[in-house]
Amino acid sequence: MFSYRLDHLRELESESIFVLREVAAQFERPALLFSGGKDSIVVSYLAMKAFYPARVPFPLLHIDTGHNFQETIQFRDYWAEKLKINLLVRSVQDSIDKGRVQEEKGINASRNALQTVTLLDAIAELKLDAAIGGARRDEEKARAKERFFSHRDDFGQWDPKNQRPELWNLFNGRKNTGEHFRIFPLSNWTELDVWRYIQLEKIELPSLYFSHQRKVFERSGNLYALGDFMKLAPGEVALEKTVRFRTIGDITCTGAVESNAKNLDEIIAEVAVARTTERGTRIDDQRSESAMEDRKKQGYF
Amino acid sequence: MNTQDRMPHRHDIELLRFTTCGSVDDGKSTLIGRLLLDTKNILDDQYASIQSTSTQKGFADVDLSLLTDGLKAEREQGITIDVAYRYFTTPKRKFIIADTPGHIQYTRNMVTGASTANLALILIDARKGMVEQTCRHAFIASLLRIPHVVVCINKMDLVDYSQDVYEKIVDDFSMFASRLDVQDVQFIPVSAKFGDNVVTRSHHMDWYEGTTLMFHLENVHISGDLNHIDCRFPVQYVVRPQQDEHHDYRGYAGKIAGGVFRQGDKVMVLPSGFTSRISKIDSFDGEIMEGFAPMSVTMLLEDALDISRGDMIVRENNSPQVGQDIDLMICWLNDKKMEQGNRYVLRHTTREVRCMVKDVRYKIDINTLRRIEDDAIFGMNDIGRIQLRTTSPLFFDSYRRNRNTGSVILVDESTNETVGAGMIL
Repeated sequence: MFSYRLDHLRELESESIFVLREVAAQFERPALLFSGGKDSIVVSYLAMKAFYPARVPFPLLHIDTGHNFQETIQFRDYWAEKLKINLLVRSVQDSIDKGRVQEEKGINASRNALQTVTLLDAIAELKLDAAIGGARRDEEKARAKERFFSHRDDFGQWDPKNQRPELWNLFNGRKNTGEHFRIFPLSNWTELDVWRYIQLEKIELPSLYFSHQRKVFERSGNLYALGDFMKLAPGEVALEKTVRFRTIGDITCTGAVESNAKNLDEIIAEVAVARTTERGTRIDDQRSESAMEDRKKQGYF
Repeated sequence: MNTQDRMPHRHDIELLRFTTCGSVDDGKSTLIGRLLLDTKNILDDQYASIQSTSTQKGFADVDLSLLTDGLKAEREQGITIDVAYRYFTTPKRKFIIADTPGHIQYTRNMVTGASTANLALILIDARKGMVEQTCRHAFIASLLRIPHVVVCINKMDLVDYSQDVYEKIVDDFSMFASRLDVQDVQFIPVSAKFGDNVVTRSHHMDWYEGTTLMFHLENVHISGDLNHIDCRFPVQYVVRPQQDEHHDYRGYAGKIAGGVFRQGDKVMVLPSGFTSRISKIDSFDGEIMEGFAPMSVTMLLEDALDISRGDMIVRENNSPQVGQDIDLMICWLNDKKMEQGNRYVLRHTTREVRCMVKDVRYKIDINTLRRIEDDAIFGMNDIGRIQLRTTSPLFFDSYRRNRNTGSVILVDESTNETVGAGMIL
């Protein structure tokens, strides 16, 4: 029997496209935060669909920690060119040089937390009133309480106890000068949904997501890529392994997983039976029980 | 043209959104934890984390409710402050749970969670039976017109899996529900703690002949939940490419709020009343022969009309109500009080207008369903009937007929906060 019903991926797609169009309609200066990871790739892909055949009416903004995989940067430039979207880059190195932030010290030093300052500075400089991100509610418990339209005060802070109720699909983007919104079109997607959608739509991805040979080393249960930004500590040894990345972020806090999954079918099979969450490879979240919640309050993605 | 490939009618997985109402004491978090665990949606690192917390707190068993613990402030106080969204998938369906706290001061969260749900899961503690809170949850499910309600009578293990206890609660609930407007109610006796009738059938309740909770969630018929009769297309955004190859392209982008639109259909545009035909329903993947709710599409018309965001495209012979005096049930979501004469910004579909509270008819005591007519000031969590006068007309249906075109929110212009949620009568 014929029934008017969408498959769940098409329903999620439609919801996300609605959110992206709502951003273009309600805000004057939005930007899409682009990390080169699969979630922000999917959001930018959905933006292309939402405004077709017109171009996406807002730029991509990459907050560059300077500690990136080469593949990520190459892909970022290629993708912006392909989608014909304007690409803006603001770098943490500039924030350090200007004395806005101080580099962390020690073996586990990371620029992950410093990004927040660079991001908030970029929002002020570019006078952005909406920053679209690829965060999903299934990623982390603090994110489970996020709205699609998430209000930020004039310090860029999130107040989880005082969020605006969000009913039906009526999004309230009204704000005072100086305040902005974070927008999360993929709120209702899970990691598996993202992978299935990438497969359905044949979306290109950086090669890092697929299994490859890499020099890595083990630190507190995680596998790290050995390279310019990650050196061996005494007692640690370099290993040659077949790995891939489940998330792609700053090199210093993104762990690899051992995997032979070299195409989307194999990745989906792997994700479907995975026994750990993808943020389990994110060392930035392992710093404390409420690491994400605390960073989000400060203005993190 | 490949509608068939793009929009498979036979699909692998459907999406079901449900809301859970109940307090910590009802075992709501444990039930959700049980659903996630028994459908193998809990991962090793998550399980290890709650296992170590349980041990640290000196619990005998692993406390499944810890799986749904959210913010630091909530863990400290042992309460849920806000709506939390959770996800799990089975081979048949993907589920989105809007997990809402049940206490009266969180009515606004319940309303928020209920606004997008296909199904409401109401928990009753078998030892306590129907309590005020149960009435409140049932009332909100009915007010927000959640199409399906499942009443889980939990903690059956603590009443010796007694059929009498179960049936007394079924009778009490049915009696109360008869005063409400809920169409589809299912009762299921469960023990979330031990998993009886959650995902697997209980061996302790042979007298129960119904399905497990999971079976019901996977099989409840939801394809009739959206209105596919009355064609409603609120224009969200006008796509004008400003590129040579699409010189005269003028597409109306939006999400279909009701009905089915086909190429060639004669349509009418509100508020102008002009008519035209759909020349094309466009998408990135090519032309679509027919679009239906809840698809996001771009529509092109044969005639060049002046159409902008907030307008609505409908079928000529089936138009919504058009008017400036709106009768609605409202749930107040803010500490700042609402009374007759107050002015707000009103959002309805993609339209934004100003409005004034013209009349406050009554408030409802949500525990007893009694009308309160001598108190015309609405505070946080109050629900009742009011009339609004808008500065320009809305194109609306009753909420009963279409949730998309029958719902509004009110925004306080001085704080920009969302202060009211309204359902048009």
